[in-house]
Amino acid sequence: MPKDGGIGASTKRREDVRFLTGAGNYTDDINIRGQAHVHFLRSDVAHATINAVDTAAAKDMPGVIRIFTGADFEGVGGLPCGWQVTDRHGQPMQEPGHPVIARGKIRHVGEIVAAVVAETPEQARDAAEAIALDLAELPAVVDMKAALADGATKVHDDLTGNLCYDWGFVEENREAVNEAFTKAAHVTTLELVNQRLVANPMEPRVAVGDYNRGTGDHTLYTTSQNPHVIRLLMGAFVLGIPEHKLRVVAPDVGGGFGSKIFHYAEEAFCTFAAKACNRPVKWTSSRSEAFMSDAHGRDHVTKIELALDAQNNFTALRTETYANMGAYLSTFAPSVPTWLHGTLMAGNYKTPLIYVNVKAVFTNTVPVDAYRGAGRPEATYQLERVIDKAARELGVDPIALRRQNFVTEFPYATPVAVQYDTGDYVATMDKLEQLADLAGFPARRRESESKGLLRGLGVNCYIEACGIAPSNLVGQLGARAGLYESATVRVNATGGLVVMTGSHSHGQGHETAFPQVIAEMIGIDADMIEIVHGDTANTPMGMGTYGSRSIAVGGSAMVRATEKIISKAKKIAAHLMEASEADIELKDGAFGVAGTDKSVAWGDVCLAAYVPHNYPLDDIEPGLEETAFYDPSNFTYPAGAYACEVEVDPETGKVRIVDFTAVDDFGNVINPMIVSGQVHGGLAQGIGQALLESCVYDENGQLLSASYMDYAMPRADDLPFYKVDHSCVTPCTHNPLGVKGCGEAGAIGSPPAVVNAVVDALQSGGKAVTHIDMPLSPSRVWAAMQV
Amino acid sequence: MTKVAMTVNGTTRSGEVEGRTLLVHFLRDQLGLTGTHVGCDTSQCGACVVHVDGMPVKACTMFAIEADGREVATIEGQANADGSLNTIQQAFQDHHGLQCGFCTPGMVMSAAALLKENPRPSETEVREYLEGNICRCTGYHNIVKAILAASGQDVGAIAAE
Repeated sequence: MPKDGGIGASTKRREDVRFLTGAGNYTDDINIRGQAHVHFLRSDVAHATINAVDTAAAKDMPGVIRIFTGADFEGVGGLPCGWQVTDRHGQPMQEPGHPVIARGKIRHVGEIVAAVVAETPEQARDAAEAIALDLAELPAVVDMKAALADGATKVHDDLTGNLCYDWGFVEENREAVNEAFTKAAHVTTLELVNQRLVANPMEPRVAVGDYNRGTGDHTLYTTSQNPHVIRLLMGAFVLGIPEHKLRVVAPDVGGGFGSKIFHYAEEAFCTFAAKACNRPVKWTSSRSEAFMSDAHGRDHVTKIELALDAQNNFTALRTETYANMGAYLSTFAPSVPTWLHGTLMAGNYKTPLIYVNVKAVFTNTVPVDAYRGAGRPEATYQLERVIDKAARELGVDPIALRRQNFVTEFPYATPVAVQYDTGDYVATMDKLEQLADLAGFPARRRESESKGLLRGLGVNCYIEACGIAPSNLVGQLGARAGLYESATVRVNATGGLVVMTGSHSHGQGHETAFPQVIAEMIGIDADMIEIVHGDTANTPMGMGTYGSRSIAVGGSAMVRATEKIISKAKKIAAHLMEASEADIELKDGAFGVAGTDKSVAWGDVCLAAYVPHNYPLDDIEPGLEETAFYDPSNFTYPAGAYACEVEVDPETGKVRIVDFTAVDDFGNVINPMIVSGQVHGGLAQGIGQALLESCVYDENGQLLSASYMDYAMPRADDLPFYKVDHSCVTPCTHNPLGVKGCGEAGAIGSPPAVVNAVVDALQSGGKAVTHIDMPLSPSRVWAAMQV
Repeated sequence: MTKVAMTVNGTTRSGEVEGRTLLVHFLRDQLGLTGTHVGCDTSQCGACVVHVDGMPVKACTMFAIEADGREVATIEGQANADGSLNTIQQAFQDHHGLQCGFCTPGMVMSAAALLKENPRPSETEVREYLEGNICRCTGYHNIVKAILAASGQDVGAIAAE
């Protein structure tokens, strides 16, 4: 059993007290003396030539300090893209410029056309309404296939058409895969849409720029998942501010789910305007602005084909996906449909031949980038839907078909370029069958049918690649960043310590879970350990939090730094006890000498390091502070098996989730309570995608879902209590904690489970329905039943 | 500008507001009570729920001048007199009913209003009462569990942790 507060304990979160009492410090809670406010005038049309932006009337409005248009940003860099994808012919992707404020043309609804800085937010808004835009509207392209047709309107005049890249993976397998399909005993084909979503963290984005004319220092307070990355991108590529003169602070951040990874125009604007106006400049997004300026997620249209032999073994998989990039390339957008998606197409199965083709397309819509799971939900959804369809076509049990094709030997090198280090998919499926009582399903179905309801069971598996790494590999794949993490452990003279981490917490509970690891390593109370994150001035260079990398990569950096601390502390302890360093053992917060009763407490060693009166000054520097950078050697591969039971009302098409069970293998678990909470949240987002959520444009590029009136967010009464389990553990073999990552699992594993369950329910009612595209709204389900 | 005065968490507070100033902005920007959050502009999300004369109100749907002379309770006034978490707040911490914490003040204020109206709600009643509060982190599982626990009901049978 873990000791209280160490690894494996469900320690209550220390951060909760400030959030529960209103004492949090979110970015919008920050107000700087003398600050001005910006209101962005955003385009309400999708595509237009800007003839003129007339600010004459607006600039004399009350409180107006200055109005900025695209012309003010001549000479300022555009927003950079952090990942270059090479297409299947060896050519680099097409990469358009991405201005902070639109110049010459507008390319999506919500694009910034002008910015008013005024004394109050209301005055800025009033003045923005007085700006007269002379626009020549152009036809918009929204549908991806139409955007690729000959003669389609171009989103960017200076590019060759709207194709960003045509990626093939693994290109060398293409012919072998095609040949395998000609020899297959059975081929199942499925066309599906993974609809566009909006991340919708409950805290809208905020940026506050500040500039100190005396020192030349810039500070940006922003709602970000990775402040160092914002500092690098904005400083080096947009504004030309050296990093040592630019501080980026992301204090309490109210959720991100990917949408706060990226560098946005508003951040660059507020930093730029603070210097230009010599005033702190603050922007707080409204929710409607968030819908048209936060990067969106998903938006794939796919055809997937699965080939099987006469014994129902998977022999080949072939996919063709159209991936919407929107009007510009958001920070990591090109990597999502390619390296975060294609490499996961093997799933939990030993399919020997796989070919993935992805066509990334520019359209007159908001840019699309990573959203919870990023590419992996899209891969899992296709694969687990086509397997389910294949099982039905072949008349075999969908679970048995999966089991038959599971990868069972590890490590396993997939045909899509990754190597799973550990896993036990049979064990997770066994656990799922037991925990979800799948044997009892027929009885539950009969009970539902007695009430006039159709009951369906959907089961699926997933695997994901977490803790994106290593740097030299991702560099070869086109990443323009390293993907290590760092930590500095600073021990105080009185024995308490502060960990400064490059990982960022925006709900994941780092302030609680990270100390548990160090408490376990040193054998001290977790309350003696403080976590500092989210401020480039106080923390070592880091890559932030996304892709479930915090504990696997950031936690590993922290372990490495703590190992250095312990190593040095042992030298000091050896000196204090006049013993050999090799004989020093650290246990329960004290250094002992093996085979003796000599011991010196942790706190005494720390004091000696800072008050070095009895200290080996000739051999060791005073002080106890160490930094480590950790670059992982591989991704981690969490995997799981999920089961969903639904009841469908055949009269209305309304779907109710009546049971949801998630069995995950996350490797070792630091705080089971927090891990379960992460799964719960992911499930709600995945079920939200399956049943409710959809970001919709009309054919003119008008955004029809731009508020919570039009975008159906899952609410408490849309969801059940979930059963979650993470007792199936195969520790990761290549990080010091044996951890894998849990943040995205629920969102990856749940959409196919729900859709499989609804299809099963309808088929049980005699309906020949093989697929319905998400979200499975009552109208869509009802319409499908009428065929 | 109009003068307003109201009792906020037991103390009389006053200020000058424009007619269009919402209660939430008065609380946050003038009184510095930043625990009440703004999560949307259509009154859907509930991050701004406070109590006005004991009733739950979305502070982004009410003008500050409408609260003139009334009693307002916000998240900052919910803890016990000694600063410890009250029963509902403690239940949220015990059952991990929050992650990023942004929706949390509104959730706690809604939960308090529910339990005042219905001291032992069923799971269904809790879920239906939270219709006006959106959480994007927790999947609601632990929020519902925390509210049931705060009402004194045994939640031991509801999933681990």
